[in-house]
Amino acid sequence: MDFNDSTQEAKFREEVSAWLKDNVPSAKELDGLDYLEKAKLWQKRKYDAGWSCIRWPVEYGGRNASPIEQVIWNQEESKHDTPESIFVIGHGMCAPTMMSWASDEQKKRYLPKLASGEEVWCQLFSEPAGGSDLAALRTSAEKDGDDWVINGQKIWTSGAHYSDYGVLVVRTDPTAQKHQGLSYFFIDMKSPGIEIKPIKQISGSSNFNEVYFSNLRVPDAQRLGEIGQGWQVALTTLMNERAAIGGGGGGVNFDSVFDLARKVNKNGRPAIEDSQVRAKLADWYVQESGLKFAGYRSMTALSKGEIPGPENSIGKLVGAPKQQDMASFALDLLEASGSIWDENFSESNGLFQATFMASPGGRIAGGTDEVMANIIAERVLGMPQDMRADKGIPFTEIPTAQKP
Amino acid sequence: MNFEFSDEQQLLREQAQSFLADNSSIKKVRETFESDAPYDQELWKKVVELGWTGASIPEKYQGLGLSYLNLCVIAEELGRAMAPIPFSSSVYLATESLILYGSEKQKSSFLPRLASGEIIGCFASDETCTDSSLDSLQTNFSNGRVSGEKIPVADGGIADFAIVLAKKEDSNSSAFIVDLNSPEVERIPVKSIDPSRDQAKLVFHDAPAEELGDQVSGNIILDTVYDRAAILFAWEQVGGSDTALNMAKAYAMERFAFGRPIASFQAIKHKLANVYVKNTLARSNCYYGAWAISTNSEEISTAAASARLSSTQAFYFSSKENIQTHGGMGFTWEFDCQIPYRRARLLAANIGSEAIWQEKLISSIEAHKAA
Repeated sequence: MDFNDSTQEAKFREEVSAWLKDNVPSAKELDGLDYLEKAKLWQKRKYDAGWSCIRWPVEYGGRNASPIEQVIWNQEESKHDTPESIFVIGHGMCAPTMMSWASDEQKKRYLPKLASGEEVWCQLFSEPAGGSDLAALRTSAEKDGDDWVINGQKIWTSGAHYSDYGVLVVRTDPTAQKHQGLSYFFIDMKSPGIEIKPIKQISGSSNFNEVYFSNLRVPDAQRLGEIGQGWQVALTTLMNERAAIGGGGGGVNFDSVFDLARKVNKNGRPAIEDSQVRAKLADWYVQESGLKFAGYRSMTALSKGEIPGPENSIGKLVGAPKQQDMASFALDLLEASGSIWDENFSESNGLFQATFMASPGGRIAGGTDEVMANIIAERVLGMPQDMRADKGIPFTEIPTAQKP
Repeated sequence: MNFEFSDEQQLLREQAQSFLADNSSIKKVRETFESDAPYDQELWKKVVELGWTGASIPEKYQGLGLSYLNLCVIAEELGRAMAPIPFSSSVYLATESLILYGSEKQKSSFLPRLASGEIIGCFASDETCTDSSLDSLQTNFSNGRVSGEKIPVADGGIADFAIVLAKKEDSNSSAFIVDLNSPEVERIPVKSIDPSRDQAKLVFHDAPAEELGDQVSGNIILDTVYDRAAILFAWEQVGGSDTALNMAKAYAMERFAFGRPIASFQAIKHKLANVYVKNTLARSNCYYGAWAISTNSEEISTAAASARLSSTQAFYFSSKENIQTHGGMGFTWEFDCQIPYRRARLLAANIGSEAIWQEKLISSIEAHKAA
């Protein structure tokens, strides 16, 4: 057991680190650009030097790197202050689906521009009636000549407003059983018949959209998989979702709450001296370190060329509620001032308030806590699926509301 | 990055699993549990034959001199099997105390006999039911003899000698080796919350004793020995916690209610998913502990407290939810759910409560950040 790179890994890390040192855009370079321009500039620079989507085949803009090299790249890149990526869904979910299901011609046309960041992609899956129960989606597609005509609504679509393309699951046969009546397309987001409305979240920001389709025409050539095979294709995308979203990201963590507890007083003494505060901190620390070392175990598996085990799926299930609870606890430590959220007055510029308000989203995006628990129970522990009221009957006959 | 046990250690794990499946099945554990025997002597003999009691003892003292990673593997498997033997007391505490602090003479005298199974050791620090702080020690050492009372002493009814914490005349504390077979030692059996493991009260009436090593403070001995033992205890706990999860899962799969296996109800699935999550976090912290103890890392206090705290929490959680998953049957004497539940409590109480390790963890993080 050791935490060190193998010789080959160390060499790769050195190469990555040297390139990043010389190429990460300076603040001056980014001055005056909006977040899209910043993200695209950085992505293009990586692409031109062969450091974009490094695990992809060379012909699509990658460099055939190994999984562990990808991890090393991520670690090194995260040491720098780089523009926030807008490509996570395109690279992490849409591209793997295209690689598995698109024609060679399509792959050559779309994948390199995805890698270079010239084209941004989004994912149009969830609907008002189909979230955790994704296959309950109702957006319809009807064949008309060589085209499909699409009507309906998607929701929670991250980045729809700046995307060039999107992957879309629709119902092509409502008389078939639920999972059998679906088909999968990729669409041009600038086509007529698409209306995008941002959703304002409880945190005040707008990361998601509603997307409405009215008679959107999509060529049949943009179908991925057979008609009625949409669920299978969607699974390719979803399998990659956890891998793409995964990771912790910013916000409140052990260190920020620990530092706060050293700074503020409780009962006239620094809060860190309070045994209740210490006990809570200890419990969070072991969750955080447990996740960290579970990650190291996955990296070891990757490094040996193995597919990491399901321990990856616990990250979100543990991390998201932990962030919420820690933020809430930190606000409690701030006593009355925990009730204001004002950058001019709030501790740490309102970090704890911002996490408090953003964290419920973390427990929902990419699968709710409950869905994640089902995944662990079914796919890791091998427990049987729940009994279902929608099995073996045509989609149109599935109950959607309480009968009066 | 290589954060995994070696192939050789994986092989040891497989051998340990198959050995313990034959020799420490839940049925066998229950025999000790229900009998008056303080431990399974037959199993102990075989464990000694496998060399496990000498795993970490250097070859120079007739041990196997293996890496502590091997001992972690053995600990996890003994924990998984809930083996009714005094391994933790004799190996993680008594043997380790001698390896760390014993004089050359003490090591040459005790370690070969511990490795060969000729003697069993235990560790006697606690004196009352409320406070285990060394400042309040009532046991005294003077003129080569100790007097005082220790309760509870895990495996105190079995062991041949104890490492006893006591106060010297200058009121500094240290550790002393006491022969428990001497006439000046009175052993009073104490009923254990886990009857598959022995507990005793030891009363020393001017019992002959020698100081462990050379004038080392009791606090240093206790902290160092407990940090290292905590990692090994944590592996036992995480092994036991896995057993509780598997018992619950197996029952949920075969038990039908409302015309379907109860494992298909989300209420049960989520319960066991949460158990799995806690076990996985605990195991990952145990890996950190294994790395720290095997490399003598300066992070050992943080690693030990992390492993210990998360494993204590995981084992309690899995063992109580295992009973719950079994419903009323889980509350019957006849079912085995009580065995991990009791073992979880026993291991949680040995070497310091959750609150103590929470405090140790934050203190060590503070010390680390201050450095």
